[in-house]
Amino acid sequence: MDLARTEVGKPRKGLSRGNAARLGLMAVPVAFFALFFAYPVAAIVARGLKVGGQWQFGRIADVVAQSDVRHVLWFTTWQALASTALTLLIALPGAYVFARFEFRGKQVLRAVVTVPFVLPTVVVGTAFLALLGRGGLLDEMWGVRLDTTVWAILLAHVFFNYAVVVRTVGGLWSQLDPRQEEAARMLGASRWTAWRTVTLPALGPAVAAASLMVFLFTFTSFGVVQILGGPAYSTLEVEIYRQTAQLLDLPTAAVLTLVQFAAVGLILAVHAWTVRRRESALRLVDAAAVARRPRGAGQRSLLAGVMLTIAVLILLPLGVLIERSLSGPGGYGFTYYRELTSADGGAFLVPPIEAVWNSLQYALAATAIALVIGGLAAAALTRKAGRLVRGFDALLMLPLGVSAVTVGFGFLITLDKPPLDLRSTWILVPLAQALVGVPFVVRTMLPVLRAVDGRLREAAAVLGASPLRAWREVDLPMVRRALLIAAGFAFAVSLGEFGATVFIARPDNPTLPVAVARLLGRAGELNYGQAMALSTILMVVCAVSLLLLERLRTDRTTGEF
Amino acid sequence: MGVGVGVGAAAGAGAGAVPGLLTLADATVRFGARAVLDGVGLDVARHEIVCVLGPSGSGKSTLLRAVAGLQELDAGQVLLDGRDQRGVPAHKRGVGLMFQDHQLFPQRDVAGNVAFGLRMHGVSRGEQADRVAELLDLVGLPGAQRRAVASLSGGEQQRVALARALAPRPRLLMLDEPLGQLDRSLRERLVVELRQLFDELGTTVLAVTHDQGEAFALADRVVVMRDGRIAQSGTPLEVWRHPADEFVARFLGFDNVVDATVAGEVADTVWGKVPVPDGAEDGPCRLLVRPAGVRLVPVAEGVPCAVTARTFRGTHVAVHLEPRVGPRLEAACALRDAPGVGETVGVAFDAGDVVLLG
Repeated sequence: MDLARTEVGKPRKGLSRGNAARLGLMAVPVAFFALFFAYPVAAIVARGLKVGGQWQFGRIADVVAQSDVRHVLWFTTWQALASTALTLLIALPGAYVFARFEFRGKQVLRAVVTVPFVLPTVVVGTAFLALLGRGGLLDEMWGVRLDTTVWAILLAHVFFNYAVVVRTVGGLWSQLDPRQEEAARMLGASRWTAWRTVTLPALGPAVAAASLMVFLFTFTSFGVVQILGGPAYSTLEVEIYRQTAQLLDLPTAAVLTLVQFAAVGLILAVHAWTVRRRESALRLVDAAAVARRPRGAGQRSLLAGVMLTIAVLILLPLGVLIERSLSGPGGYGFTYYRELTSADGGAFLVPPIEAVWNSLQYALAATAIALVIGGLAAAALTRKAGRLVRGFDALLMLPLGVSAVTVGFGFLITLDKPPLDLRSTWILVPLAQALVGVPFVVRTMLPVLRAVDGRLREAAAVLGASPLRAWREVDLPMVRRALLIAAGFAFAVSLGEFGATVFIARPDNPTLPVAVARLLGRAGELNYGQAMALSTILMVVCAVSLLLLERLRTDRTTGEF
Repeated sequence: MGVGVGVGAAAGAGAGAVPGLLTLADATVRFGARAVLDGVGLDVARHEIVCVLGPSGSGKSTLLRAVAGLQELDAGQVLLDGRDQRGVPAHKRGVGLMFQDHQLFPQRDVAGNVAFGLRMHGVSRGEQADRVAELLDLVGLPGAQRRAVASLSGGEQQRVALARALAPRPRLLMLDEPLGQLDRSLRERLVVELRQLFDELGTTVLAVTHDQGEAFALADRVVVMRDGRIAQSGTPLEVWRHPADEFVARFLGFDNVVDATVAGEVADTVWGKVPVPDGAEDGPCRLLVRPAGVRLVPVAEGVPCAVTARTFRGTHVAVHLEPRVGPRLEAACALRDAPGVGETVGVAFDAGDVVLLG
């Protein structure tokens, strides 16, 4: 009977109590975002645009009219578009292969392609510098240098976002019921027509969602462009950093922040729309039941092509990074690693290796914060609700796109006086890192929480379980795995957070990415080698946490990333 | 209690002097402008098995949800043991509900599911284990404690769901389409088993189903629902013999309904004169002839009809007849007497199977 099913989903009378509970759940995340996100960002913008208590909105037009600013805007946009197109072109075959083929080492390979996504942008930049830059692998072998060209940036962006497409599109693709295509074939459609008319429309929203995420990440790219862009290329985010930290031109930085804010808001609105469309009813099946071993020359060469792409695009930069970290002046060895334990380099007050310990502590704290905030938000958003809540849903993604530099600088100028004088406490860094962790937690938890059948909760209630008990007994066991995955993602992105941390980490307590960037900023073989060594350590930590997650992950709980 | 609903009376049973275990008074639930439950009154006595019967969308699942506390009433009352349940949350009502698709907890094994309610009520581990074993024996799945629910067949899941609902000894057990997803033969076997089980345990049961066979086999009393209202309430025999109105008649599968004007011992219809039972009031009404009361006679002796279809029903053949005028007729006749399609036969009516509808 359908009736019971439809009735359950409908808003019910007596939800006033449920609404109150939901508001209660939402209060903590809302307060968190208001205090540690909206307030600092607003303060920075106000500082830039307010002169003597008067808002100077005219400045927006002035700044945007400057030719160098327009140049930055133009470059930011077109490189993001180009990166997105290139990523789709290279990663869609990969998505197909991961979705439909069964082959040895698939699980490990899936983890491998995800490693770049959680790698700190600083490490990605460094890896490509080692591959394409001065004295890099290509330079040594053929005298080719790409680090001053836009290609280095584009390739690094593809490297970084390959997994976004493979996971988002491939995740859905693997669960599409192949019988739908077979039904089209039985009705007279050719193999190609069946794919075009049945599968492609079903995948469309997932492709759109993935494209928008890639566009968002590349539009706000910081670390990669900072390291590979040189003086010629700079994105909005890099420009904000330059204006804030180097030129101390806060009004310009404030305007740029607003521009980026508007652009990101637009991207997220479109993204939310595509996600909602993706939630429309599709026949989904168990992925494991659909994947087949590749058959015939065509399928085998496709698989080989994808493997080759992964090897060149993903494994090679990572490999070169490791190689450079081991290749000292007197041949291969652990010179640079040993050097990390001494404070003589002069770049820091403490041995760089201490950054590893700092980073781990900060990232653990940030993960805990992100889990609490993101978990509460996801629980509040679980049940279908009105426009307001959906808006909140999109709002949670904002920290991914809003200038981390602005957030970091905002922390410095707002959280330095009572009652919130956090400037000298260690919690400042984890708070900033948790901001980028929360969206991942929400995105991972939400689909799983929404998938829990509400009537299971009702079954528990009828058997005597209070609402809280029902949540603990029914929801929690089902989301435990998602919770762990969310924790892993939050941990990895916290570990790699750079834009905000670079402002607020104290000189005697640098995090890994900050230490890498500082080492790279100094001349000399030794500093360069140490940067490579430190990046390798960071990469290994990220990769290990990810491989552990991959063991937990099942194909049913694909989530968003 | 509440069983003595008169012939043709279309009303819920009124509350007697002693309140039943469950009483619904004027219970109303609206989804937007639509009333899914519309002033429903119903009494269920202790140890009684009541089956709510109705097509999908008639509000019967909502009725159960309202009693369980999963659906708040917009008006009216739910009383359990005479106590108003307004504001009492589902987990404190002490009623059991078996969901139509069972809703077993997928991450727990069979024992974990059956023991769930016991755990919620703070029963000790030892007692839990004993009770689980006892219940699994009762539902015919001895030793299934450690099996994963995903590995169970539909019938086995149904048994586990039943054991789970019975475990905390609810004062009222509610079943939502208990056998709906099972195949026919299993359903027929289980409905007998359920009836025996409930008789043995003395369980008070409120079940909903759209399957009249299931309802008649299971229930002491059948309540037919239509558009959120109770169309008829009575014993299976009463409802079967005297459907209260055309809706109930058609829902039970009786389609030989026609306009009639009663005068004395016969009614005038487009099919001709039809004899009516004694004591019928004169005047216009709707008239039902059950298929068993449609007798096939030589063409000259009755209403001439063409045979349009024959459906084999196991014990008899349903013969579809097309009279020259008026609505189609269905006759139930013995295998060897069934005419072939295309033949023309005469039809006569037996007063014993003629029912005047309200």
